[in-house]
Amino acid sequence: MDNNSDQRELTVHIWRSEASASDDDLQPDGAWQTWEVPVRNSQTVLDVVTWIQRHRDPDLSYRYACRVGMCGTCAMTVQGKPRWTCRTRIGTVVDGNELTIAPLRNLPIIKDLATDMAPFFDKWAEAGAQFVPDRNVDQQTMAPVKPDSRARRTADVAIECIGCAVCYAACDTVAWRADYLGPAALNRVWTLVNDEREASPKEHLKAVAGESGCLSCHSHQSCAELCPKHLNPTASIAGLKRKSFLLALAGRS
Amino acid sequence: MTQHKETYRETWAFVLQRLSALVLAPLVIVHLGVMIYAVQGGLSTSEMLGRTQSSFMWPVMYGLFFVAAGVHGALGFRNILQEMTTLPGRSINTFALGLLALVLIFGLQTIRAIA
Repeated sequence: MDNNSDQRELTVHIWRSEASASDDDLQPDGAWQTWEVPVRNSQTVLDVVTWIQRHRDPDLSYRYACRVGMCGTCAMTVQGKPRWTCRTRIGTVVDGNELTIAPLRNLPIIKDLATDMAPFFDKWAEAGAQFVPDRNVDQQTMAPVKPDSRARRTADVAIECIGCAVCYAACDTVAWRADYLGPAALNRVWTLVNDEREASPKEHLKAVAGESGCLSCHSHQSCAELCPKHLNPTASIAGLKRKSFLLALAGRS
Repeated sequence: MTQHKETYRETWAFVLQRLSALVLAPLVIVHLGVMIYAVQGGLSTSEMLGRTQSSFMWPVMYGLFFVAAGVHGALGFRNILQEMTTLPGRSINTFALGLLALVLIFGLQTIRAIA
């Protein structure tokens, strides 16, 4: 492996925590620690973190699983922006010789680069982001859903989320109000509102039209800008706002 | 407060803020246009009153204007307080309603003076 090294070294600053998160302090104090890491071809940010953990400091904590952009486990703040690290090559984010890696924003820090994803997924549950099948549909014959129908296409656009929380860390509204449901959960609800097999799309709308829901979005579009799957949660949330608006005007909100 | 009531109230706050913006947009343009036109050659009370009393449309227009501005401003103020402070919801609503009342009182006085 070492023979594809081109001798250059990268200066890597990694944020190390001094304590775990508490209820009062989601992001406790920490400090930057710096290492020199040999540059390799096609090296990813995750490769860099792994190299440091294996060769310099086994105590460095971080989290990953699939390494191929499917599981949504390895997201961190890279050069100040949230990204999944396994599919982010050094060459695309390093301009010069320095790389900074920190834990995701808006989530409690467990240790170093590992954040607690529980609040993120709790909000999916709070938003009612689960499919509820329509029991009135004859289960034997199965209602056909045309792939090219408008509703199906609208749902499809937003459906490839892997739950990596990059959008959640990028969102300023989440940073401002702790109870805001966030882009990922709302994006998921938008797919359900458009799902022709859903028992009650309106119930889904009602669940996210409150104070902590879609109406609080400022459309900053950081989620759309940084989503590694190139989804557009801002557009999904705009759809939810539009439907809530019309539902209210129709007197059924 | 039940979840349903809260949702209902927030959705209507959202809808009213958008609808009031819709009303405000053309009125602000007319208001600015008249200001630019009226300020040519200096302003005088008699000139202004002469214009606003020339037609019942002026008081009607400004009546609509201050109601829309009051609603829009109070809801925007409420949003800012919700986001930027840790005040309880009830105090925030009181502040917002207070602002709305203030604008409505001053607005009514103004309309009475120019009609």
